[in-house]
Order: sequence, then C-alpha cells, then structure tokens
Amino acid sequence: MSTPLTTASPAAPAKVPGRGAPKLRTTRRRTAGKPRRSVLLTVLTSLIVLYTVVPLVWLVINATKTQTGLADSSGMWFADDFALWDNIRDTFTYHDGVFGRWLLNTLLYVVLGAGGATFLAVLGGYALAKFDFPGKRGVFATVIGAVAVPGTALAVPTFLMFSKMGLTDTPWAVIIPSLVSPFGLYLMWVFATEAIPTELLEAARIDGAGEARTFFTVALPLLAPGIVTVLLFTTVATWNNYFLPLIMLKDPDWYPLTLGLSAWNSQAETIGGEVIFNLVITGSLLTILPLIVAFLLLQKYWQSGLAAGSVKE
Amino acid sequence: MTTLQPPAATGPRQAPPAARRDRRSWTGWGFIGPFVAVFALVFLAPIVYSIYLSLFRDQLIGGTTFVGLDNYQQAFQDERFWAALGRVTLFLCVQVPIMLGIALLAALALDSGRLYGKSFFRITIFLPYAVPAVVATLMWGFMYGTKYGLVGDINGAFGVTLPDPLSPDLVLASIGNIVTWEFVGYNMLIFYSALRVIPNSLYEAAEIDGAGQLRVITAIKLPAIRGALVIATIFSIIGSFQLFNEPNILRPLARNALTTDYTPNFYTYSLSFNGQQHNYSATVAIIMGLITMVIAYVVQLRGMRKGA
Repeated sequence: MSTPLTTASPAAPAKVPGRGAPKLRTTRRRTAGKPRRSVLLTVLTSLIVLYTVVPLVWLVINATKTQTGLADSSGMWFADDFALWDNIRDTFTYHDGVFGRWLLNTLLYVVLGAGGATFLAVLGGYALAKFDFPGKRGVFATVIGAVAVPGTALAVPTFLMFSKMGLTDTPWAVIIPSLVSPFGLYLMWVFATEAIPTELLEAARIDGAGEARTFFTVALPLLAPGIVTVLLFTTVATWNNYFLPLIMLKDPDWYPLTLGLSAWNSQAETIGGEVIFNLVITGSLLTILPLIVAFLLLQKYWQSGLAAGSVKE
Repeated sequence: MTTLQPPAATGPRQAPPAARRDRRSWTGWGFIGPFVAVFALVFLAPIVYSIYLSLFRDQLIGGTTFVGLDNYQQAFQDERFWAALGRVTLFLCVQVPIMLGIALLAALALDSGRLYGKSFFRITIFLPYAVPAVVATLMWGFMYGTKYGLVGDINGAFGVTLPDPLSPDLVLASIGNIVTWEFVGYNMLIFYSALRVIPNSLYEAAEIDGAGQLRVITAIKLPAIRGALVIATIFSIIGSFQLFNEPNILRPLARNALTTDYTPNFYTYSLSFNGQQHNYSATVAIIMGLITMVIAYVVQLRGMRKGA
C-alpha cells in the first residue's frame, strides 16, 4: 500500500499558543525581518544531507565497477577500470534483455495504475469538494477508516480473491489494487475546495454546460498543480511497489523492476547461479534515476501542490 | 482517522446553506462512483473475505470446516506470533522516535531561515523517498558487508573490527537504519509544510515579548504542528507494524538472523505462501490490523488532547 503523505491538519494552527505563559521580560530584541544565516546550523544540517547522500554516491561509484572490481576496490572510490557503459549494456542484454522487459512492465503499471489512480482521485476529490450527495460523509469515513487497516490484512485475501477471478499472474493483479489512492483522494479534495470557486461552476452551468463539460473545461485546468502532485506520489508508489507484485506474480516476464532486481540479487545464492552484483547495482541506479529526475524537474509543482494541501489561514 | 477534517465543513468559500441544498443530488456520485467501486473491490471486499476466512479451517480430513474463533485462540497462544510482534514493537519504540526526531530537527532548521542554500537541503534530504525499498535495502545491504562492503573498508582502513551489522544481534538496528534513511525526508516535508503555514503574527508577537529561538520553537512552532506530528507518528506506527520489504530483501545476506517469522507481516506471508495456511494467515493479519488500529487511535486521542 502506498504511504499517504498528509500535511498538517487544517485545524492545527488555529490555537494561540503561549497564551497564559509568563511573559519573558528580556531587553534583547531581535532585529525584525530576515534572521541571520548561521554557518553552524548549516554545518549541522549538512550532516543529515551527508547521511542521505552517502548511499546514493556509493551506488553511482559502484555502478562503474566490474564484478571483480567490486570485490577488490574500496566502496567509496572508483576502481581502476571504468565499466559503467559496459555495465549498462550488460544490464540491458543479460538474459535476452529481460531488464528492458521489466522496465516496460513498470512503465505499464505506472501509466495505467498511477494514471488511473490519479484520475479516480481527481474525480472523487472534485465530487467531495463541490457536490453534496447522499452518503458523502459515509464515503469519507469509510475511506479514511480503511487507510488505518494495514496492507498486511489485505494482501492474502486479495491474492485469494484475484486467484479465483483468474487475475493472478497477469498485469491486472498489479494494476487494479494500484488504482486506489486514499491519500490522493484526500489531497484532491482539499485542493479542489481551495482552487475552484463555486461561482465559476455555477456560471458554467447557467451557460448551459453539462456536468462533464463543466468538469473538463472549467475545473480540470484549475486543478493542475494538485494533479501533478498526486500523479507524482502515485507514480512513486507504483514504481516502487514490491509487496503486491511479489505475491501476485510468478512469471518473471511480468515482473516490475523492483522484483526483477531482487531476483537478480538472490540469484547469487542459488546453486550454479551466476553472481551479477555489478548488474544489480547498475540496474538499481537505472531504476531510481527516472524518479529522481522527475522529482527534481517538477519540484515547483509538487511543492506548491503540497503546500496548498496544508494552507488554512 | 478524524484528524483529517473535511475541508468543506470549515472552508471560507462554503456556499450558503440554501445553495448547497439545491445541489444535493446524485450528480456527485457520477464523479465519485468509480473511486468507490474500485475501493470496494480492493479494500472492503478483502477485509470482509479475510474475516470470513479466519472463521474456517482447511483440514486434510473433512475439508474446510467452520471453527468459530479457534484460529484466534491459536494465534493468542502462538509464540512465534508474539515474538514477531515483540520485535516490531521494539523497532517501533526505538526507530520511530529517532527518525521523527531527525526529521523534526531538519524541518525546524529549514524553517528557521538561517540555512545557507535552503532549497538544496530540502530537496536532497527528501530524495531517498523516491528510492524504492528494494534498491535502498540492496544498497545498504552491500554497504553492510564486512568483507567487501563499506564496513569492510572501514575495518581494513583503520585496522579495527566493527561488529557485523547483519549478525542476529544487530540486524534489527540495521533495518532500522534503512527505514530511517528512506523516510526522514518524507517526514521532514510533512513537518516543514505544517511549519510554513504558521501565521506571521504569532512570530511578531513573540518578538515583541522578546522570546528567544528556543522559546519560539517550544511555545509556538511545536504546538502549531501538533497535528502533523500526530499524523506522522500514526503512519510510522502503521509502517513499523507492516515491516516486510526490508527484512525480506535482506534475507539472502542474513539467513540466520532473519527467520521467516521475523515480523508479523513476514509470518503471515510465509504462512500463506509457503505453508498454504490461508485461514490462519488471515487470522494473524486481522489481529495485527486490529492492534495497529487500536494503537493508532490511542495515539491520536492522546496527541490531540495534550495541552488542548
């Protein structure tokens, strides 16, 4: 199950803290406006960055090594021969190019799963924000309540159900459960409430536009930053999904990248299995690159989308 | 979870009651219907089915029979289940405070406006969130290696012998480190988003009172983001109780330490997919689900009440 990312509860900042607390009577007055930048704080925070970055740097460095280079050289520096391009080529050609197949599978799951999840969340969030319909409270309560149910409790029965429906070992077994994103629904609800003025919808209706037309031409464009945010987070959830495909898929031809990499890694253990840690490492790098690039390029959108989720003055 | 309040009820743009009543129709279902349909299929149906499964037992002789609450009774006496639960509880009590503590410090540092290159820090610390658990675990697993990994390098360079991170005594801490690495940035972002919407007027008031930085943090910032703290705690609890990916992927490297009943989730997985004990597996899963929900609920009640 995806981890929902929720920003502050809208009601939280409403309180006036410090009330009733004894007033501090010091003469020291800080200068108003921008606080001074602090070298010490920057250095301390850099330690956290260091912790974050070291494994990623390790991955990049070691993707340039051959299998023997991995064993012979220090982990944090390059080996004598630079084998990154060879590794990338080998990753894509090993075992008749199964890595490429896994990449395409992952893309399929992301496009249909994350795309579909975003679409359903946008529609649903819009409905919750702008319509009053019978059972509205019930829908919200059920969705939020179900989020607290651990994915564990769902995995086995979902597998058995899908198995009876003949869906296991097909892409649908991965795509269908990915279609539901309660976090996406919540975020779109908050976002649609803020971003779409109700008067605008009324005006479109008075002009004779049907509900579908009003949604697609008036509401949808206003929801763009929220949609990018939800799309990005559902994409991460689908791209990184491991548990669901693990239980649903047996046929390696349908594996996503995560499952494939894990299979390559455990191959070293099996009797007669070829040790291909250099390909596992290079494959890992290739797996995370697209998402990191997407997060960096779309920063502006998803950060404003998230911020909007928590704005409540 | 009721911390997530329906924005429609509090929003400033709330339409007047008359207008709202006019639109009270089934039109909204046209938009939310698809979501609800899929939700029912992949959330509600499995929950119901799993309750149903937990009441039966599949036996060699006699086939599937209704056994009432026997499976639950078995689970309560199952030492393997309790040992697994104990492990994730220990994990929860140690890893979650450390992770949320680091995330909170980072968020406060970002929010203080005193950092050079703030946006660099924000995006870099968040990046591991985009890394799949599989890749994170593989990377750390390689680095943990005492022969060829980073630990081995340190041993070689300084002539020391660090303890093996994948030994039975340390493997839980090593998993904790991986999970912390994955989610510090994510939690930081939750806290940071909450800090940013604190009204400026509160800070101005504090300044007039001559409050220092520390006082501003304890009296204004922390109380204001209590909701975010509670939510992050609840999600971390749910995450800890569901621990599966990291131990499962690390297992080839530490087969002695990581048994197939290492965590409750691991246990239900092996019961179901290696042992074909679907009914008992569903029972254990339901018990874990209930425990998680109760704890999440208690945390929420306590967190919201404190100082209110």
